[in-house]
Amino acid sequence: MSTSSDTHAARACDPGLSFEVPPCVRILRADGTLEPGAEPPFDDARAVELYRHMLRARIFDARLLKLQRQGRVGTFAPGFGQEAAQIGSISAVEKHDWFVPSFREIPAALYRGAPFRSVILYCMGFEEGSVAPPGARDLPVSIPVGGQSAHAVGLAWAMRLQGDPGIALVYFGDGATSEGIVHESMNFAGALRAPVVFFCQNNQWAISTPRRVQTASETIAQKAIAHGLRGVQVDGNDLFAVHAVVREAASIARETGMSTLVEAITFRRGVHTTADDPRVYRTEDEERAWERRDPVDRVRTWLTARGLWSDADEAAYTEAVEAEIAADLRDAEAFREEADPMVMFDHAIATPDPYLARQRAEAEEAFDGRVVIAGATKPRTRKGSDAVVGELEIAED
Amino acid sequence: MTATATETRRLTMVEALNQALHEEMAANPRVLVMGEDVGVDGGVFRVTKGLLDAFGPQRVVDTPLSEAGILGTAIGLALGGMRPVAEIQFSGFLNFAFEQIQPHCSRFRQRTCGRLTVPMVVRSPSGGGIRALEHHSESEEAMYVHTPGLVVLMPSGPLTAYGLLKAALRAPDTVMFFEPKSIYRAIKEDVPADGAPLEIGKARIDREGSDVTVVAWGAMVRRAREAADTLDASVEILDLLSLAPLDHEAIVASVQKTGRLVVVHEAPRTGGLAGEIYARVCEDAFYHLRARPERVTGWDVPFPLLGREMAYLPDKERIAAAIARVLADR
Repeated sequence: MSTSSDTHAARACDPGLSFEVPPCVRILRADGTLEPGAEPPFDDARAVELYRHMLRARIFDARLLKLQRQGRVGTFAPGFGQEAAQIGSISAVEKHDWFVPSFREIPAALYRGAPFRSVILYCMGFEEGSVAPPGARDLPVSIPVGGQSAHAVGLAWAMRLQGDPGIALVYFGDGATSEGIVHESMNFAGALRAPVVFFCQNNQWAISTPRRVQTASETIAQKAIAHGLRGVQVDGNDLFAVHAVVREAASIARETGMSTLVEAITFRRGVHTTADDPRVYRTEDEERAWERRDPVDRVRTWLTARGLWSDADEAAYTEAVEAEIAADLRDAEAFREEADPMVMFDHAIATPDPYLARQRAEAEEAFDGRVVIAGATKPRTRKGSDAVVGELEIAED
Repeated sequence: MTATATETRRLTMVEALNQALHEEMAANPRVLVMGEDVGVDGGVFRVTKGLLDAFGPQRVVDTPLSEAGILGTAIGLALGGMRPVAEIQFSGFLNFAFEQIQPHCSRFRQRTCGRLTVPMVVRSPSGGGIRALEHHSESEEAMYVHTPGLVVLMPSGPLTAYGLLKAALRAPDTVMFFEPKSIYRAIKEDVPADGAPLEIGKARIDREGSDVTVVAWGAMVRRAREAADTLDASVEILDLLSLAPLDHEAIVASVQKTGRLVVVHEAPRTGGLAGEIYARVCEDAFYHLRARPERVTGWDVPFPLLGREMAYLPDKERIAAAIARVLADR
């Protein structure tokens, strides 16, 4: 009996595991200069590429916010201010690894290849916007706080069982670390040696609840230690440091099965969602202090100083992104005009029973000649077998 | 407060709920409000606005983000002599805490033969119709009605919200208090200051009629009214208010009078409360039925994202068509 428990202990506990969180990692300082002796984790070309992703996400975020204010899309959670945390982390794993988002990961989703059109469709309230290309290892948006962390462990476990070298990268926020499931997930990852990078964007605010009210822990990273995982802190507004830290965590997970909790210290510069008003609970002083640590400005300053980026580059790229968004928005609005309400019956369950089919017929009857799609203007006419055309178009993206 | 018992103000449901909380907290020092963003933010729908200033951080508590933690500790607070009002930001997130509600909350009284009880109120916005995100629109009242040991209430406007919340705060058991968020600000009614609580377990006749009974609750009462207005018929609308216990007598009496029944709810059809209401009517008004009953409900599919929300929720047209069919059935 003691042998058996010793064996378990040997499997679950890593003697090399630190019981302290190492100092917060930073490479690129807020003023756009490097920490003494520190180097970017990639070459100049990659730095420019990742900067473009950050800028692209920021431009889209601002555009989406305007669309929401105009009533053209629904509520969403802006990623404004968290571009380095997201692009730095998602670019540090492979396409083959699973991307498990919460609900604020539009920048990371765009990096993974989600077209603007899909994100816009999702924000307009169409499930078609959650359809990833076939074979993509991207889960859809997960709104119930923290629940997706367990799915990441299951995905990582499944890969290990099938001899797949992938890992799972899961996103959540500082608020989620108060949910039991996040801790259950970290414990499972440790006990089962499922290779996961738990990426916590500590953006200081869970709606109106500040980080210090959320938990009495000194750091979020230290919460990993009790579960037998590595816990590290990184300047979440530093593209280089986030990338370096997540690349290392991914590599350790891949090679040893040891998972890491990364606490990326960042700031939600905008609203929690478009239904939120931060003026009720935080000060402009705090917002200004974090503006000076802005992740996009920081990389731009560094690139510009090295002659890798110019105002002309910024203007030209911005124009190109705006044009891409405009085209995708037109496409999404055209989709909405033709959207089929019956899609909700198509994917409820694999085998609809006759009583559900009867409800579907009842719905067809009730919707005839009426507008039942939010934002559409054209009354519905009964469709035949081509009713799912719009959805098939999505699947081919 | 300078209000007198006769004073009334025109309030939205948000304001009426807020007033009920202010009054009950002032009257009973054991009442405390807890949940995510209920303090500084005043709640995401502003139902708890101003309470922090009025009663301080010991009694208006911004908790960590954990539904199970909120309800689990609220149970402890109630067992320990406090009277918590726990807010769960959207009823879709109550599922995180179902483990506290069903195995613990609903069973303490029975488990201890009445020695220990959990007198608390769980407030949660429910239902669809506000173009919200996923999990922000469901109607899950049937899950709680199907959990014996709980009281389940749903107001239909400012006045009933006020009276029911006051009743909930004086009730001896846990009250699941579902607030139909689509009418939070849609209706204003005259609400008295320091008014009386409503009686739990009593439905209200929203509109008297003789041709057909429409049973509804929450936001669907208003929808039923709009549908009835389009018809040349005497429609009786029964606003349940209390879903557990159900006002069995009121349902049966109305159907005995009209001989015709339509039930409206936002929740999915199968396993929804319309089925239970049909059953009660079959048990005690079967021979009074003069037509096949109908139910107008959400479909048996997961609540869609907002683009198809209108196609999911019962609307005036679907309700009116159902009433017309039931009236035409002879």
